[in-house]
Amino acid sequence: MNVTDPLADLQGLLTAPGIGATACAGVAGVESCLALPAAHWGLLAELAADAGLRHAGLWADALDEERLRVQALFAAADGYLLAQTEVTGAPPELASHTPLFPGVDRLERHAQDLLGVRFLGHPRGAVRWTRHQAWPETAHPLRPDFPLAGDHPGRTPADGDYPIVRLQGNGVCEVPVGPVHAGVIAPGHFRFQVMGEDVLRLEERLGYVHKGIEKHAVGRDAAGLVRLAARVAADSTVAHAWAACQALERACDTEVPARALYLRALLAERERVANHLGDIGGICNDVGFGFGQSQCALLRERWQRDNASHFGHRLLMDTLVPGGVVRDLDPAAPERLIQANGELRRVLRRLFDILDDHPPLNDRLLTTGILAQGTARALGCTGYVAKASGIDHDLRHHVPYAPYDRLRLETAVVEHEGDVAARMRVRMREIHASLGLIEQLLAALPEGAIAAPLTPRPEASGLGLVEGWRGESVALVRLDVAGRVARYFPRDPSWFNWPALEHLILGNIVPDFPVCNKSVNGSYSGVDL
Amino acid sequence: MLSAWGMALLQALLYPALAPLLIGWVRKVKARLNNRRGASVLQPYRDLRKLLAKETRVAHTASPLFRLAPYVVFVATWLAAATVPLVARDLPTAQIADIIVLVGLLGLARFFLALAGMDVGTAFGGMGASREMMVSSLAEPAMLVAVFTLAMSAHSTSLSSVIGYHLADGFVVRPSYLFAFGALVLVALAESGRIPVDNPTTHLELTMIHEGMLLEYTGRHLALMELAAYLKLMLYGVLIANVFVPWGIGQAFAPAALALGLGAILLKLAVLGAALAVGETVVAKMRLFRAPAFLNLALLLALLGLLSHVILEVGA
Repeated sequence: MNVTDPLADLQGLLTAPGIGATACAGVAGVESCLALPAAHWGLLAELAADAGLRHAGLWADALDEERLRVQALFAAADGYLLAQTEVTGAPPELASHTPLFPGVDRLERHAQDLLGVRFLGHPRGAVRWTRHQAWPETAHPLRPDFPLAGDHPGRTPADGDYPIVRLQGNGVCEVPVGPVHAGVIAPGHFRFQVMGEDVLRLEERLGYVHKGIEKHAVGRDAAGLVRLAARVAADSTVAHAWAACQALERACDTEVPARALYLRALLAERERVANHLGDIGGICNDVGFGFGQSQCALLRERWQRDNASHFGHRLLMDTLVPGGVVRDLDPAAPERLIQANGELRRVLRRLFDILDDHPPLNDRLLTTGILAQGTARALGCTGYVAKASGIDHDLRHHVPYAPYDRLRLETAVVEHEGDVAARMRVRMREIHASLGLIEQLLAALPEGAIAAPLTPRPEASGLGLVEGWRGESVALVRLDVAGRVARYFPRDPSWFNWPALEHLILGNIVPDFPVCNKSVNGSYSGVDL
Repeated sequence: MLSAWGMALLQALLYPALAPLLIGWVRKVKARLNNRRGASVLQPYRDLRKLLAKETRVAHTASPLFRLAPYVVFVATWLAAATVPLVARDLPTAQIADIIVLVGLLGLARFFLALAGMDVGTAFGGMGASREMMVSSLAEPAMLVAVFTLAMSAHSTSLSSVIGYHLADGFVVRPSYLFAFGALVLVALAESGRIPVDNPTTHLELTMIHEGMLLEYTGRHLALMELAAYLKLMLYGVLIANVFVPWGIGQAFAPAALALGLGAILLKLAVLGAALAVGETVVAKMRLFRAPAFLNLALLLALLGLLSHVILEVGA
């Protein structure tokens, strides 16, 4: 057996007689796609777990009133396998992947809430995740018969009976935090079981900013979808918009001009730098180190003002369109941007020297919130959370998409300690790597058009995969017979990084939670959808 | 010429009048050190005015103690402040209430603050109260021992006498004073809820100590609690300034001496406030369980002060 290619092995096993998986055509953007009978859905997870693959997401799609298609994406070091099956029935039932891949817990419950798939053998049973009583138990918003405008105009009932897993015993206290916090941050509920200040257990409860993104996507044209994708999570606007564009372009076989690809990468790297700067400042702020916070805030502000003047938006929202980008750089811009890069580098060298070797800061960040590599792998974390725990995975390196396949990428950014300090160091090193990439992109910026027309192809599907600043961002797009969007699912890396927080906080003290949370910085909006 | 009691009253009124200014000054310096412009030094006065004008809401689970606590905390802290000579040394308040009464009054305020924190029954108030008690149970002995070091030199536990003794002594560097100074600075940082023990500007409920106990307060209750915290910082500032660097304090109740005393204390507090801002800028907040080590250091310094007094200074 060829151990070097787990994807081919898995494909071989699944297509063997007895399982009867067949290659499925029609999802552009992924090398191997297999359709298998619903009965073997659980076996698929077992074989994938045996092959050491990472579960990269699971979502459902209502093909019509009867049939539901469920898709699962598996990742190896250098490629992806998409598996799909169709289920019918009321309710449609399917084996759960959660017992083997704990990271897909919430994705399965999300699919259950929005489409009514029952996942058998799910450790939390049928406990709602996204729904929060906003619509009746029997209604499923992503089913075709659910009205686009929603059917529940009144106020959502209070969320009172969510079955939090409780620890009991002498001296164990429960600390509920949120969803409304003392600071201006997104809503999420955290339930701690503590003994004194030591955290024994943490359970997250998200879903408070459910916006109905997936339902809003239905019936949109390509441009409208990308505008929506840009709003999945404002801090990842480029990542999600790019993933959606990629999915559409692959589905419709559109060739994107080279200049547009370079500009997209430029935007993505600028987004990465801005967010990492913000996070490093945030980590400093959460341990009461105001100096680091204000310096980073200052640098980030200058960076975003440059964004506004060169790309038209501080957060780079709506800079991408299907087939290309909205706005070309003016001829003088590359020089000015490279100059700004140089200035940032100079300041950062001194600032990061301080942050890296400041005893009061080290005292707080080193050994705080350690995420073991095994846990990170089991959950399927990506991005800086995985990299700080020693997992060397970056789509730009390992599954390069245009234009990263044409760039020279420096050595991978990996740290091994898995603590808050390591997550901060990964961010620092990624900023430097991104500054290098930006210079390469600007130096080699090809001439030509900045967008190509995209002709919708009826009933096409595509998968977009990009390395956003938080990690691997996936978008699935399926078009209907009229070439309009029938299904859009953006899978933010936070689906897998949020559960990591529940693990890395164990054994830490309650007052260290904020800095642990900041170091993971999961997106609320990106997973509540 | 003012009567002694008139002077004491005037001084007691000066404390709440100046305490917000000190906070505003510390915040301003801190902002400038962080490359920010910062709010006006008068902002704390505006905050207090705003809070006083706002409606005061009380949680429906609150007991009468919750409403009573702000008044007790404020009055006890204010009384404690009134015993610390600010512009003139020889005050009747300092004669009738010595350092031990001062510590006791602060203890009373803290006791009610912690009770109020737990009263409503939210997790954060309880956590804040438990942490406050942990910090203060370690800070209080250190403070007492440091204060006893001073008292042993002056053979009196009255602050007026301690300051008078120090003034009469002229400029002498006593090892015991240096140790006591170190101990009192650490205690002051911990007790007034400053970095590295607590972060007064945080919005993170889970890390709060002092702010955690105030989360349920609104309106005038919150204003009183805030003003009490401002007073406490100023009290410690004045204590450190006037005990260790007493020069300039008014020895008589003559207008010239009082004006000099006021100018001197403002200058000393400005320097201390700026030093606090610098310290808070270069240091991060400690991990909560490092606070005991920090306060043990304070206790150790205070004990060393006591020891060096006995070894080096007694009988000299």
